[in-house]
Amino acid sequence: MSKITNEELLNSIKGRFDSDVTHISEPFGLLTLETSREKIIDLLTFLKTDAALQFIYLTDITAIHYPETEKPIGIIYHLHSLVNNVRIRIKVFVADGDVKMPTATTLWNGANWMERETYDLFGVVFEGHPDLRRILNVDDMTVFPMRKEYPLEDPNRVDKRDYFFGR
Amino acid sequence: MRTHPVYTDNDPQTEYSTLNLGPTHPATHGVFQNVLTLDGERIVSGVSTIGYIHRAFEKIAEHRPFYQITPLTDRMNYCSSPINNMGWHMTVEKMLGIKMPKRVDYMRVLIMELARISDHIICNGVLGVDTGAFTGFLYMMKFREDIYEIYEEICGSRLTTNVGRIGGFERNFNPILLEKTRKFLKEFPAALKEFEALFNRNRIFIDRTKDVAAVTAEDALSYSWSGPLLRAAGVDYDVRAMEPYSSYEEFDFEVPVGSNGDVYNRFLVRNEEMWQSLRLIEQALKKIEKEPSDIFHADVPEFYLPPKEEVYNNMEALIYHFKIVMGEIPTPNTEVYHAVEGANGELGFYLVNDGGRSPYRLHFRRPSFINYQMYAPMSRGMLISDAIINMSSLNIIAGELDA
Repeated sequence: MSKITNEELLNSIKGRFDSDVTHISEPFGLLTLETSREKIIDLLTFLKTDAALQFIYLTDITAIHYPETEKPIGIIYHLHSLVNNVRIRIKVFVADGDVKMPTATTLWNGANWMERETYDLFGVVFEGHPDLRRILNVDDMTVFPMRKEYPLEDPNRVDKRDYFFGR
Repeated sequence: MRTHPVYTDNDPQTEYSTLNLGPTHPATHGVFQNVLTLDGERIVSGVSTIGYIHRAFEKIAEHRPFYQITPLTDRMNYCSSPINNMGWHMTVEKMLGIKMPKRVDYMRVLIMELARISDHIICNGVLGVDTGAFTGFLYMMKFREDIYEIYEEICGSRLTTNVGRIGGFERNFNPILLEKTRKFLKEFPAALKEFEALFNRNRIFIDRTKDVAAVTAEDALSYSWSGPLLRAAGVDYDVRAMEPYSSYEEFDFEVPVGSNGDVYNRFLVRNEEMWQSLRLIEQALKKIEKEPSDIFHADVPEFYLPPKEEVYNNMEALIYHFKIVMGEIPTPNTEVYHAVEGANGELGFYLVNDGGRSPYRLHFRRPSFINYQMYAPMSRGMLISDAIINMSSLNIIAGELDA
């Protein structure tokens, strides 16, 4: 099994998407990069269809919320090239009030529920998704519970605050 | 995927009926609801509803210290909870850069493979029940009990095990455990052989399962299937072989692969995986014996709770105990994805840490959730009875589906 290195992988991505990929890092050997909403489908399509890379397996789609930043909601894709046995992580950050993404269901059928889950928990609207409904929570829920502004338990409770633990 | 072009949703000639299969139907073994549109006994279309036991584990995990997240992972795939536990420990250890002693790795392999067997016992046993053969299930169930007794020796509990700690195991393997494992290794092959003799060439079973819900490799990959289901469709993707963790690279085992992804193939793949797990356990036992017998955790006092008697008599242990419980130990500001081969697929942990005592974000890549989404589309055109055994052979665990 030929294994391509992260460097080779990054070079071939840079060849096509030079300045569109930013924030490149390699935590624990997993190539991580950021791109824009406009470029994400192009990038995913390139990774999936490129004959040398073959990222044919969509491992996961999820999101993260950084409330204090300019673009607080990040959508995170994990892809796996089963042929080369290498993984890649791609992030796209979007601004609050404009939490929209193009859907990846056009590339992988499996993206369907992953995107529904991300919509359900973070309110990311995947445009073009065939059936974007809540999946884990009840349909008439009005909030997106995994966002940081929704507390897990009673917000008035003080006995678990970090400053009681010297932080 | 087998398609049946005869049926369309809006054929004006036919009158369809709607059936609510589930959420608590005895044939579905768990909380699964499927609203089916039926033409007689044929399924025209189906909609899966999930989330009945959603417990917001990801949200809860953002408010718990790392070691308190282990019991949450138990409650995902509760048929093989030790694999989830170990997967979580390994994720945190990867983030912290803790390297395990070899003996701990082998101990983990032993427990994880036992868990895999117990999971496959249930799945294949129940598949037998759903096709009308109760006997095989009873033969096998006795050995799940034996496996649970082995769990009890190491962690005291049976189903939601919470076994192991970040940095190793909470206690050493005792001689009874090793003896029980040896007994299991001696007795189980005969039962598994008998089980295979009951089913593998059984005409009724083959008629019920062969070519039912066959899935092509392309479809399986497109739907991000993993584990025995993907392998039954002919893709040899096994995390243990592709990205070995816990010293799996030192073990000698084979990855069984099926050909057309039907229920029969999945059954055979799982059976073969049990044989391979037996081989792994045997090797793990031998390897454990070669290592110094008093090592059962890594030397990481910042993360591994000291024994209670030391906490009372030793200042350093007391300080570490306090710091661990209060979450005073700094952790790196990083992100990590770690995957283990769960009993029904790639179980991934995506952990984003900001240096605090609990994760900033923790996402579980749950194989049941991802495998289940093909269920409704693939049921189109199937008979209800086929759809039922299809669900059994997908091995969807409700706790993992809904997290």
